Amino acid sequence: MRWRRWRERLIEALIRFSGFSSITLVVLIFVFLLKEGLALFSTVSLGDFLGGRHWYPISDPPRFGILPLLCGSALVTLGATALSVPLGVASALFISEIARGWMREALKTGIELFAAIPSVVLGFIGITVLAPLIRQTFHLSTGLTALTGSITLAFMAMPTIVSITEDALTAVPRGYREAALALGATRWQMMVRVLLPAAASGIVAAVMLGIGRVIGETMAVMMVTGNAAVIPHTLLQPVRTLTATIAAEMGEAVRASDHYVALFAIGIVLFVVTFVINFMADRFLHREPR
Amino acid sequence: MLFCATLLVALASAIVIGVILVRGAGGLGWEFLTAMPAKGMRAGGIFPAIVGTLELVGLTVVFALPMGVAAAIYLTEYAKDNWVTRVVRLAIVNLSGVPSVVYGLFGLGLFVIFCRFGTSILAGALTLAIMTLPVIITASEEALRSVPDSFREVSHSLGASQWQTVRHAVLPFAVPGIMTGTILGVSRAAGETAPILFTVAAFYLPRLPHSILDPAMALPYHLYVISTQIPNIPQAKRYGTALVLLLLVLSLNLLAVMLRTHFRRKRSW
Repeated sequence: MRWRRWRERLIEALIRFSGFSSITLVVLIFVFLLKEGLALFSTVSLGDFLGGRHWYPISDPPRFGILPLLCGSALVTLGATALSVPLGVASALFISEIARGWMREALKTGIELFAAIPSVVLGFIGITVLAPLIRQTFHLSTGLTALTGSITLAFMAMPTIVSITEDALTAVPRGYREAALALGATRWQMMVRVLLPAAASGIVAAVMLGIGRVIGETMAVMMVTGNAAVIPHTLLQPVRTLTATIAAEMGEAVRASDHYVALFAIGIVLFVVTFVINFMADRFLHREPR
Repeated sequence: MLFCATLLVALASAIVIGVILVRGAGGLGWEFLTAMPAKGMRAGGIFPAIVGTLELVGLTVVFALPMGVAAAIYLTEYAKDNWVTRVVRLAIVNLSGVPSVVYGLFGLGLFVIFCRFGTSILAGALTLAIMTLPVIITASEEALRSVPDSFREVSHSLGASQWQTVRHAVLPFAVPGIMTGTILGVSRAAGETAPILFTVAAFYLPRLPHSILDPAMALPYHLYVISTQIPNIPQAKRYGTALVLLLLVLSLNLLAVMLRTHFRRKRSW
């Protein structure tokens, strides 16, 4: 009997260990990023890094200012959000309130299908189909612009936004809808004036998670935004994001060189930003609706 | 108006898949799928990329599945409802939100360099396993929760210990849900590029990898390179590679959905 008790203790210990593994891994990731990335700040100050306008990692002397990269990420994210939030919320409203039966299932499947497509495939379509389209429409010299990136990323964020918004909308008690309609509101008024505000915290969480997804996207962005590390002035020029910089330059960076640790430092920035966004989105998701 | 918006979104995926299907079908062929690459990728096939992806994904499951299921068991059966558990859940949410390229950096720093595995299938699989962990944990937790409490109560009333209850009265009924979640996680891992960029991927390997300590070719990385860095590849080959990857990922998703519907129908509680 005793060996059985021991075996059970061992299994329970393994289970407990796995349970805490998620915390261990998050901490481990952060620690490793810090371990490599903090070395940068012995040669470059934090202000120069975050605010420096020039990213010339292989020039002599190298410059490690990530402001153009921050602007690139911000611009592409903003564009993607501006596109995906209205479309996503509208789709969620339609799916949860108006669509019925087979059409509803078909629409949901179509949207969720997008979530299954790998980002590199979407980047591929972006290069081969979307970029030439944008080039022709706007008469540019290249179709690889921030706009292209925004459109591609908007479609990638949409399944997230749609499904979480839809959850938030279905969580609104039926009484709200019925009361509004009983008071004489049209369906549109009911949706806009009653449902959306009631589901507001869920919608905000959906948008934040969508933003988090967009900021963290690497491959699709790298393939379609043109990779020019300059501070952008319009949407119609090539930019480079934080994620694309790491992916594109890590291959050439000599291990333990300044360039190498600078890329890890960018990793720290990305980790912190997405951590904050996810943390806040989680708080919004678990707030009580009005 | 709302209808048009929704239609746009839903149709977009159909358009993307349709374009790849139409333009890529021409590039597929027995030789494309089973031959080794030749002439710097301009001729020959993508066989090693397919094999590499399959090996990578297989090893990922070996690492991620036991740990993920165990973590889910902890959360549903053993954890108390206190702040520690909330921190664990917060950590899972954050793990799923970490950008894929940061996982790549982490994999590079820990597995390739610190553990000295080098650019290898092992390093890549470990990195992908950590990435897949949140998906498996969430799906397994949902599956475990859907098993009625009465099962656990009956088992306890018969004198079984906590682990015996989980092992015999709960886990077997959660297996379908766990399988579905794992397959979905696997399909995501199969399509990821950034985590494998620095940890496993090689571009042009003349032979298949011998062991898990060798670098390997992989479909997503292959697609990335041939569409951005190598000129003069016939467009059909590019679309063909995209199509193979897309078919792999979509059929895994389809499998998961079919399993889920099948078991939901068969369920007797």
